[in-house]
Amino acid sequence: MRGEPKEKLTAVIVDDEELARQVLREMLQAHPEIEVVAECGNGFEAVKAVSERKPDLLFLDIQMPKLDGFEVLELIDGDMAVIFVTAHDEHALRAFEVHAVDYLLKPFSSDRFEAALERAKQRAGAAVPAARELSAAARELGEYASRVVVRDGTRVQIIPVAKLDYVEAQDDYVAVASQGKKHLKQQTIASLEAMLDPRNFLRIHRSYLVNLERVAKIEPYGKDTHVAVLHDGTKLPVSRAGYGRLKALLEGKGA
Amino acid sequence: MHPILGQMRRLGLYLLAWIPITAILSFLLTTPGGLRPAEAAAMAVPLCLVYAFLCLSAWYICRGTPLETSSFSRIAVTHLAAALLISFIWVMMASLLAAMLGSTWEFRGLGERMTHNYPLLHGSGVLIYLLVVGLHYVLLSIERSREAEKREIQLRVLARDSELKALKAQVNPHFLFNSLNSISALTTSDAARAREMCVLLGDFLRKTLGLGEKAVIPLREELGLIRSYLAVEKVRFGARLSLEESVAPEALEYAVPPLLLQPLVENAVAHGISNLTEGGFIRLSVHCDGEGAARDLAIRVENNFDPEMPRRKGTGVGLVNVRQRLLTRYGNRGRFDARAEGDRFRVAMALPAETTETMA
Repeated sequence: MRGEPKEKLTAVIVDDEELARQVLREMLQAHPEIEVVAECGNGFEAVKAVSERKPDLLFLDIQMPKLDGFEVLELIDGDMAVIFVTAHDEHALRAFEVHAVDYLLKPFSSDRFEAALERAKQRAGAAVPAARELSAAARELGEYASRVVVRDGTRVQIIPVAKLDYVEAQDDYVAVASQGKKHLKQQTIASLEAMLDPRNFLRIHRSYLVNLERVAKIEPYGKDTHVAVLHDGTKLPVSRAGYGRLKALLEGKGA
Repeated sequence: MHPILGQMRRLGLYLLAWIPITAILSFLLTTPGGLRPAEAAAMAVPLCLVYAFLCLSAWYICRGTPLETSSFSRIAVTHLAAALLISFIWVMMASLLAAMLGSTWEFRGLGERMTHNYPLLHGSGVLIYLLVVGLHYVLLSIERSREAEKREIQLRVLARDSELKALKAQVNPHFLFNSLNSISALTTSDAARAREMCVLLGDFLRKTLGLGEKAVIPLREELGLIRSYLAVEKVRFGARLSLEESVAPEALEYAVPPLLLQPLVENAVAHGISNLTEGGFIRLSVHCDGEGAARDLAIRVENNFDPEMPRRKGTGVGLVNVRQRLLTRYGNRGRFDARAEGDRFRVAMALPAETTETMA
């Protein structure tokens, strides 16, 4: 250690392979200013550990059991420097779209690791856009989410899109309705809309996104507006613009 | 290239076929024609020799009016006109020859005695020409079918080449990168295991490289390949990975296309085990069904997986590839079925039980 004491940084390592975690742990040993506060073997553990420990650095694998690296980012808050560590180079673009500090390709040299760490240290503490928001937006082109992940405290819920009824915007949050339950998620309705297949999910109102499979009928309501009645009886407002989109979609399908 | 003139052997056979024609023509000139045998022969032999070569010109006309694309009337009119013309030229030559021979003491008066034979000669000339036309068409179609066969063989070679290329591309690069990362982890913590893993990885790679040139290998070798693949993955996944094998001993020597099972096992690891925190199993079972020529090799690969995980990109490419290779090679004797039921993924295949010797 050099003379003046440095501020300690905390780090969490997420990788499902013990040996892969070991490489990171070992390389971090040369840096006493960094303390590894948790090691996780899957996405659920990662969400829990990050929410509890709020680390400065996050070393994150992408393909893991339970949740993948991008889904983990969707569910955690706080500004941390994220370094992806993976054998797959095809996610690099998406990783930088969620403002990852670096993208380490396995296997990596210690020089490469040091460079990533240096960038991460510079970034740590600096304000970065919430990874959560970006992660949802950074979908691979033409690929839509097959499930939506939500968090209740440290418990993670996975909702397959087929079981998603509708989404309601509530300020900075969205309420995701599925099988009679509502789950709150810190995300904007626009970014959630971008994740979902527009052939199945339609923005019928500024605050409502509906699964078209659930819609039983559309009834007029007032002068200019309509309501969508779902199979379970739930009524959702349909704006004029939303009604136009709905009509366009149904006519397009019919043709 | 002319199919008869171009080959000495064919030309010999063709000219041999003209000997009976010459004999028949001599006979016709003698009996209904009223010539003396010596006169008939003196006329028939040179005439037939010349006509044999004249008729070879039919080739060019045949090539110009192929049977497959020309209408019947066009074929008939073309060849009939050509036959009448060539036969007429031939009759002119005959009269010239008769006049020449008639000027000798031996055959005096031949020119006059031939006159009433010219219609007969013209008729047989037309007939012979049409026969040669038929012969040319036969040769043409033989040549064409041989070419088609050659092309088909070339195509098959090409298909096999691309199949092998696809196979080699199937050895997943991520598998290599992850393995190298494991080795990199082990070098400092457990050098002996790092070395062991290098050996295992080398083993697996050598086996896959050697397979490229072979059409089929004994099941025993494919199983060896799977075992060395899993030995490498076992270092990465530790206790999370387990293989349960139940293979009938009599199945071991039967032939399978190389890398038929390995991609399935690799799939089971990539889409099954790697997504399960508690690990999972891969069950491989092989047994023989039926007797004699109807004997089948029945193979099943089964693994558990997390049905809640979204399907990864690239899922199914390996399966489609295996399925295609199986069906291309064995036709309706090959069967392939892959399905997910709950948290199980099951691939069931069947192929004819053949030993590597009977295949070669």
